[in-house]
Parts: sequence; structure tokens; C-alpha cells
Amino acid sequence: MRPLVSSPLARYLVRRLGVSALLIVGVTLVTFVLTNLVPGDPVAANLGQRAAENPETVAAYRAHYGLDRPLPVQYVTYLGNLVQGDLGESQQTHRPVLTDLQSAVPATLEIAIGAIVLSVLIGVGFGVVAAVRRGQLADSALRVVSLVGISVPTFWLALVAFYVFSFQLDLAPGSGRLAPATTPPPHVTGLYTLDSLLAGEWETFGDALAHLMLPTLVLTLYTVGLLTRFTRSAVLEVLEQDYVRSARAKGLPGRTVLFRYVLRAAMVPILTVVGLAFGALLSGTVLVEEIFAWPGLGSYAYQAASHLDLPAVMGVGLLVGVIYLVINLVVDLLYGAIDPRVRVQ
Amino acid sequence: MWIVVAVLGPALWPYDPLIQDFPRLDAPSAAHWFGTDELGRDVFTRVLAGARVTMPLAVLLVGLSVAIGGVLGLAAGFFGRWVGETVMRLTDLVMAFPTVILAMVVAASLGASLLNAVLAALVVSWPAYARVTRGLVVGIREADYVLADRLLGFSPLRSLRTDIVPMVTGPVLILASLDIGTATLLLSGLSFLGLGAKPPTAEWGSMVAAAIQNFDSWWLGVFPGLAILTVVMAFNFLGDALRDALDPRTAGELGKAETR
Amino acid sequence: MTALEIKGLTLRIGDAEILRGVDLDLEAGRIQGLAGESGSGKTMTGLAVMGLLPARSHVGGTITYGGRDLLALTPRQLGDLRGTEIAMVFQDPSTSLHPMLSVGAQLTDHLRHHLRLDRAAARARAVELLERVRIPDPAGALRRFAHQFSGGQRQRIAIAIALACSPTVLIADEPTTALDVTVQAGVLHLLRDLAGEMGLAVLMVTHDLGVMSAVADRVAVMRDGEVVENGDRHQVFTAPAHPYTASLLASLPGATGGVRSLDDVRALEES
Ligand SMILES: Nc1ncnc2c1ncn2[C@@H]1O[C@H](COP(=O)(O)OP(=O)(O)O)[C@@H](O)[C@H]1O
Ligand SMILES: [Mg+2]
Repeated sequence: MRPLVSSPLARYLVRRLGVSALLIVGVTLVTFVLTNLVPGDPVAANLGQRAAENPETVAAYRAHYGLDRPLPVQYVTYLGNLVQGDLGESQQTHRPVLTDLQSAVPATLEIAIGAIVLSVLIGVGFGVVAAVRRGQLADSALRVVSLVGISVPTFWLALVAFYVFSFQLDLAPGSGRLAPATTPPPHVTGLYTLDSLLAGEWETFGDALAHLMLPTLVLTLYTVGLLTRFTRSAVLEVLEQDYVRSARAKGLPGRTVLFRYVLRAAMVPILTVVGLAFGALLSGTVLVEEIFAWPGLGSYAYQAASHLDLPAVMGVGLLVGVIYLVINLVVDLLYGAIDPRVRVQ
Repeated sequence: MWIVVAVLGPALWPYDPLIQDFPRLDAPSAAHWFGTDELGRDVFTRVLAGARVTMPLAVLLVGLSVAIGGVLGLAAGFFGRWVGETVMRLTDLVMAFPTVILAMVVAASLGASLLNAVLAALVVSWPAYARVTRGLVVGIREADYVLADRLLGFSPLRSLRTDIVPMVTGPVLILASLDIGTATLLLSGLSFLGLGAKPPTAEWGSMVAAAIQNFDSWWLGVFPGLAILTVVMAFNFLGDALRDALDPRTAGELGKAETR
Repeated sequence: MTALEIKGLTLRIGDAEILRGVDLDLEAGRIQGLAGESGSGKTMTGLAVMGLLPARSHVGGTITYGGRDLLALTPRQLGDLRGTEIAMVFQDPSTSLHPMLSVGAQLTDHLRHHLRLDRAAARARAVELLERVRIPDPAGALRRFAHQFSGGQRQRIAIAIALACSPTVLIADEPTTALDVTVQAGVLHLLRDLAGEMGLAVLMVTHDLGVMSAVADRVAVMRDGEVVENGDRHQVFTAPAHPYTASLLASLPGATGGVRSLDDVRALEES
């Protein structure tokens, strides 16, 4: 029998996708079990105490969301709908979960992408400087910066930043994605900065960017700390390798040795941490979005979780699981691009 | 220093953390170093009292994570094959969630309480230990002296106890000490979201959350936040020092294991 | 003609006295052997010439090359000499080549930096070099990575990299120690031939006296950071002046078992 796909890379991707699909089902199962095994009552959480005392209301509610059927049936029904792209209806917003996610995801991506790009640039840069200047003043200073970075409670930092820059100094706009008077740009990607540029609305772009600034910077601090620390130790390890000495023996300038020989090798472990950092960023959005009233995934997840809005929680879990798997895949593919030894044969 | 504060507890408190006798929302002064809050409680006292709330719970959380993750990791590494696979796929599953979101779901369904927050955080934090432990065990299992002991007729359990557990303990404890800071952040974050400590408990995260209601009174939020920052920094610093003091090679491997 | 002269070279790292006054002359077209047990300071002597000593090193004495004292040069001036006029081949080719850069990239980057060759010219030169060190399919080899070659081939590639800019001095630090016994002779032979063709002054470090007697014109013996013996190969092997050399010779695996001459090397190569 001939294999369905012939190129090794394609075969590898197909296998990875298969494993990923299984993991995703696992993620839904875990979310489902967790949210159902525990004593919380979604009916009370969503209807309020008074309505929950009326048996008729409760029964109608349960029937509407299919909560009256046995759990395994509920789960299988969910999976069946999922395959058809139906994530169910949020018990709280009364809109399809898919619709909710479609509006929340771009909002979060807009901060998360900016934050991860900034973090990698700053964190890797700091880490390299600290490694090259090991034991000197710059190293000690960066050590303190990164230690503060990984130790600061994000929610508190967000609050302080909001208080100082928006409230006291009036340097940054308040909460939300746009000023109340600004109308969102025509929907293309859902990223307001990009959409407003596409539409040529400069003022909207400026406003969106100004609103992005604080939440992005607040999120960045932790990942900068993480990446600085990790890059430093990765670079120090590579600096001791024989092939770095060989590169120096060739008389190459220090800069070339650093960027071409050292960083290339250090990038492999650093990439793993960048993947982790993205996960940390997504976690951080829950807290930061709360404070900046940012209508993103984090806020949605928080609302969903605190109201035990099962379809919404499942939707968020699913989405985040997919994001995680995609990041892992991208990281692994980048490994292959950087390190020929792990390239799929 | 914070440990001293936590241990000495009430002896250091100028006032009762719950008493509401003072003028409300007073700015910091000589009588009330960190001011008073919306119910007329002394913020300084409450910050000190908070040390007895979050820190022991963070230690408890890490301890439980080490216990559960360690045992599962030992089993996975030692008994290999399907036990190992099962445990590892389980960690994959949990790690596919961002910690805060999963913990939030669990905490919300258990109901808001500090202990439930610990349970929720536990769900997300054991897999790291399971992975590290398993990695270490797999490495050691093949070492000559372990094989030699097996050949001498040691039972698997005996070799687990005499050869493997002692070798694994050190690195895992280092990782744990590095993790107390993270645990503190996670717990206070959950409390901040209203999924942990319930009022009137003096918990730092929920104190920061309460401060949002009185935005003008900056002292309400700043001091508990600084308390979290300094405690977490101290734990991270300690962890670093411990790691540096170790054989640098082991520390490097640990760093790698931690990230996989 | 003396190409490079080491005089009274001392080295201290922290509190440890690593070298205590090393004297060595390297002559163009000749191979100066440097023997001695592990830890005697052979590698450090080579690194001192390259200016690649570890941090916290304190050096004394002089290393004269082209009328200049290498130890007095600025890092920049030294960088201009390194790779172009003085090159080094290291002990273990499995770690001294970068695992994630293609052979072509590692062969051409210093060509382009030092000789200002353009991409095509550097590539042509690289192919020519790989041919000279007898790597099969040189053009294809440029695109491959270190792990795709055998140990012997890797060391040949490292030699090609070292010789790329036509240096006048080559330091070979135990170039065959990490290799399979079966390929050692070939690599040694290659080094000797190239050195002869190019008129190189070679410092051949090895702790293997058998290897030494096969290729070196002169032989020096180091012990605890000092050169205890230095002389013509035949003189050192037949009538060692220092008792330490005599004891080293006596410890050779069977007085006749080791590789003792170039003929033995050829015999090994053919077997
Ligand atoms: N980075 C270093 N720092 C301090 N001492 C070193 C370092 N590298 C090597 N040494 C010491 O220098 C001495 C000479 O080493 P080396 O030149 O490598 O010996 P050889 O090459 O003859 O085997 C040894 O005693 C070794 O312990
Ligand atoms: Mg050596």
C-alpha cells in the first residue's frame, strides 16, 4: 500500500495533527468532568437565588441547556455538535459561544502579540547583554530587573500603572479598547490597529494604539524577566562550547561570533521558553483584562468561570488548548529550521 | 524577614486587623503608617496579618504539588511503559491549559475559599513535578550502581527507596523552593479575582482587589501589592541562591527539565 | 627561517602556575612536535599563541611573529592575525564544528571577512579547499552539516577551515586523539603533506610519542608547564637528554608496537 502522503514533513504534520486532535478531545473531557463533578450549581449562578427557588424556572432552564439529561449524553451531544462547528450557547450572554469567542480573540491577540514580540526583543536582548557582561554592573542591574519582573503580581502592576499613568498623569487613556466616542473600524481582522490602518482611519489607529500601550507593557514585564534569565543562562552555556572557540580562532569579529555562532545555538532552548512565555501571557491576560476592562478572552474566561457557564468554559478551554498545541507545533518546526540535527528525516 | 513577621504574628500588629474603629480612608500618617481602609481598618496591620495567610498556603500548595507530582513521577519513571505513558499524557492535558484559567474554573466550581483556591492551584501545579521527577528517575534507573543493586537481588521497591529517592530529592526540592514565589503569585491572583479569600480575611490579593473600589486612596492597593512583590522576590532570590550553590551542571539540567 | 618564536612564556590562571617559561621556535616548512602528558600545558601554550586564553589569565614572556610581540597586541590587531596568518586545529572535531551552521558557512565566513571575497569567490575557494582535504563531493558537502560526516572527515573539514586563508603558522592540538585509530594515520598524513606544500610552520601537539615520531621534524617534551627536552627527532628518540623523556619512551606500548616512523603510518593507512 502506498502511503497517503509522501513527504516526511507532511507525514510528520499528519501524525502531529492526529495526536493533537486526541489531546483536544481530552481537554474537553477534563473541562467537562471538572465543571460537573464539583458542587457548584450553574443554575443558581446564572439565574440568581430567587429564580432558582422556582422549580418551574429551573426545569425550563435545565431543559433549554440540555442539563436535564445524563452527563455522558450531554458530553457526547457536545462532541457531536463540536464536530459540526457548534460550540453551544453561552448561558450568560445567550449568544453562540463561537460568536463570543470570535469577538474576544482578536482583542486578546492584539495585546498578546504585541507583548510577546516586545518581550522577545527586550528579554533576549537583556539576556545576551547580561551573559556577555557576566559579573559586571550591567549583569547585576539586569539581574535585579528580571527578578522584579518575575516577582511582581501582574494584577497589582496593572492597577498601579492604571492609577499612575491614566488617573494621575493622564498620559494614557482609560480602560477599554477605544475611547467611548470612537467608533470601531470596519471589521476585517478584528485587530483594531490593523483594521483602522486598512481603512485609513488614522485617528482611530492612534486611539487604539494608545489604549493598547498600558496593558501590553504590563503584560510584558513578567515575560521579559523570564526570558532575560533564561537567555542569560543559555548564552553562558553556549559561550563555553568548543565551536565558539573555533569561531574566535578564525579571527571573526566578536559581533559576528555572538550573533552567528552563539545566538544560533542558544536560540534552540530559548524558543522553548518563548512558547512557555506565550502561555504565561495568556494566563496574565485574565488578570490584566479585568483591570483595563478589555473585552478579550481573559475577561470572557473569568465571566464564564465565575458563573459556571459550562458551554463558554468549554469553548475557552478548547480554544486555549488549540492555541497551546499550535504554539508547540510552531516551536517544534522552528527547532527543525534552526537545528539540522532534529530535522525530520 | 516576612517569615519572622508571619511567625511572630499578632505580637507585631499595632491594632486588630479586623477592628473597624478608625476614621475611614485616612491617608498614611504616624498613627496609621499605611493609612486606613474603607471600613476604618488599619492597613499596616492587615498587611502584616496577610503574611500569615498567603505564605503558609503557598508552602502548603508547593508541598502538596511535590508530594503528588513526585509520587506520580516516581511511578511513571520507575514502572515505565503504560504507567509512565498515562501519567505523561495526563500532564500534557493539564499543561495544555494556561494555569490561571484552569485554576479559575476549578476554584469557581468549588466555591470561593482560600482552601479551594489551593486545591485549584494544586490541579495545575503538580504536573511540573511529575515531569521533572520522571526525567530524573529515568536517568538514574539505568545508572550502573542501580543495575548492580538489582543484580544483587534487591527488590524493585528497595532499590527505589535506597538508590532512587535520595538522588531525586535534592533537585526536586530546589525546584520547589524556586516555585514558592510562583505559588504565592497564583494564590494571590485567584484571591484578587474573588476566587480565594473571602472578606474580611486580610489576604493581600483580595486587599488589592478591594482597593479598586476606592481608587483615590492609593495606599489601599499599593502596600499589599508591595508585600506580595517583596515576598515573591525573596523566595525567588533564595531559590536562585540554592541553585547556584548546587553543582552547576545539575542546576543546568534542572533548568532544562523545568522547561519541558 | 624562524616564523614564530616563543620565549620565556609564563601563564598564571588565578593562583595556579600553568606555564613556567616555555621556549619554542617554529620554522617555516617544518613540524615542531610538542609532547607531554595530560595537563602539562600543551593546549595552553597553543591558546596563548592564538590569544584565546581563558579569562583571568596572566601571561609573561614574548611570542614574536613578524617582528611583533603577539602578547602586546590589542585584541583587534590580534583578531586580524587570527585565522589569516596563525590558525589552529582543535582536538575534537565533533565539538569544534558548529552543529547548526553548514560546512559551507563555516568555511566561507572568515574567507569573506578577512579576504573580502564575494559569495561566489568564497564558494569556489571552499570547494577547492574541500578537494584538497579529500572530502568526496565537495560542492554537495558545502550544504551539509557536521553531524553528516564521519569523525575523520570532520577533522579534515576543520583543517580546511584552518588553512582557508593560507596562514603561515598552524597550531594542531592533538588533531588525531579523538579519532578512530583507523583514520588517524590518514589525517596525520594529510596534515604533513599540506604543511609541506604550503611551507607552513606547524606546532603539532600530541601526547602520543608514536604519532610524534611519525611526523615531527623536531620534538619538544613538556612537563608541568616547562619544556624539559627539545631537539631533532632522531636525537630525542635515540638519545634523550632528559630522564623524563627516557621514561616516556620506555612506557611506549612495546618498544616496537607503536607507530614509530612515517613508514609505519603508511603501513597503517594501507591496512
Ligand atoms: N580554564 C582553565 N582555568 C584554569 N586552569 C585551567 C583551565 N584550563 C586548563 N587549566 C589547567 O591548565 C593546565 C594545563 O592544561 P592543558 O594545557 O590543557 O594541558 P594539556 O593540553 O597538556 O593536556 C592543567 O593543569 C589544567 O588543569
Ligand atoms: Mg590538551
